Amino acid sequence: MKVPVVEKILSLNDRLALENQALLDAQGVLGVNLMASPGAGKTSLIEGTIDALQGRLRLGAVDGDIATSLDADRVAARGIPAVQINTGGSCHLDANMLKNALPDVPLEEIDLLLVENVGNLVCPANFKIGMHFSVVIASIPEGDDKPYKYPPMYTGVDVLVINKIDLLPYLDFDLDYFKRGVAVLNPDVVTFEVSCKTGEGIPAWAGWLVEQVTMHRAATRPQTK
Amino acid sequence: MHELSVTQSVLEIVLRHADQAGAKRVTQIDLTIGDFSSIVDDSVQFYFDILGEDTIAKGAQLVFHRVPGELRCWDCQATFAPDGRNYICPSCGSVRVQVIGGREFRVESIEVE
Repeated sequence: MKVPVVEKILSLNDRLALENQALLDAQGVLGVNLMASPGAGKTSLIEGTIDALQGRLRLGAVDGDIATSLDADRVAARGIPAVQINTGGSCHLDANMLKNALPDVPLEEIDLLLVENVGNLVCPANFKIGMHFSVVIASIPEGDDKPYKYPPMYTGVDVLVINKIDLLPYLDFDLDYFKRGVAVLNPDVVTFEVSCKTGEGIPAWAGWLVEQVTMHRAATRPQTK
Repeated sequence: MHELSVTQSVLEIVLRHADQAGAKRVTQIDLTIGDFSSIVDDSVQFYFDILGEDTIAKGAQLVFHRVPGELRCWDCQATFAPDGRNYICPSCGSVRVQVIGGREFRVESIEVE
């Protein structure tokens, strides 16, 4: 006997993601999912963002890695609450892992939650975790063909941060070719070109975050803030 | 590696629908997977054989219905398949194209006894 199903494979994960988002909304916290390959500069961007938003927004971070708390330690050293998730081998964060970590995040004391996904350009694209915005960080040394080789990652994000632009003069990276590949997959993506090393472009990115937090808070009107 | 989590979700959906149908055994599972979904068929079957071991879906055959990636040109309306290197329209050379197919990712139906 044939039984019709027609159900999205990750519907359970998607439901948990919505629950995570509702938790954040209740506290007026904006959540951002940072994804990238290993070494693209996820932790460095978080560090730069913390410095740029000092005194303007209260930040918290969740860091996902297969092992160690190196990233959460780096972020916590900047004086913000940071929770490490060790996925124990899994190549991405899913909604359930984040759900289990959220009770350790002092949501009532922060405005913006930055979630650093596991370094990987494939798997995190498939799993919503309930953040309001998804960001992919591309970096110049990775090469300009990445949107063509990893379309799901570039398709599903709201924001593209191109990091290490200080290296453009030294490497064969065709920025136009790269951007054309992204534009096909994701014509509405918001793009920032930055260097976490020199600080170039970070103020524009930080300013965008402030705007989004402000709009989100106006929309959710949390009682506690 | 994300195939493990994907397979857990497939099994959860399959068992729920099999239970609702009062089934004693699941023999086949039909999946619709777009080529932009980056799922490796053999890997899903491999995990399924392990995860499904103690369930009524043990030994079920997974059938993957692949949907090829498809793009459409904004300028000349031509539709074409991605060639993996570039997303330029082969008809008019435009770079203004959009993805119109290949993102499917669902359990379509199951065969039960």
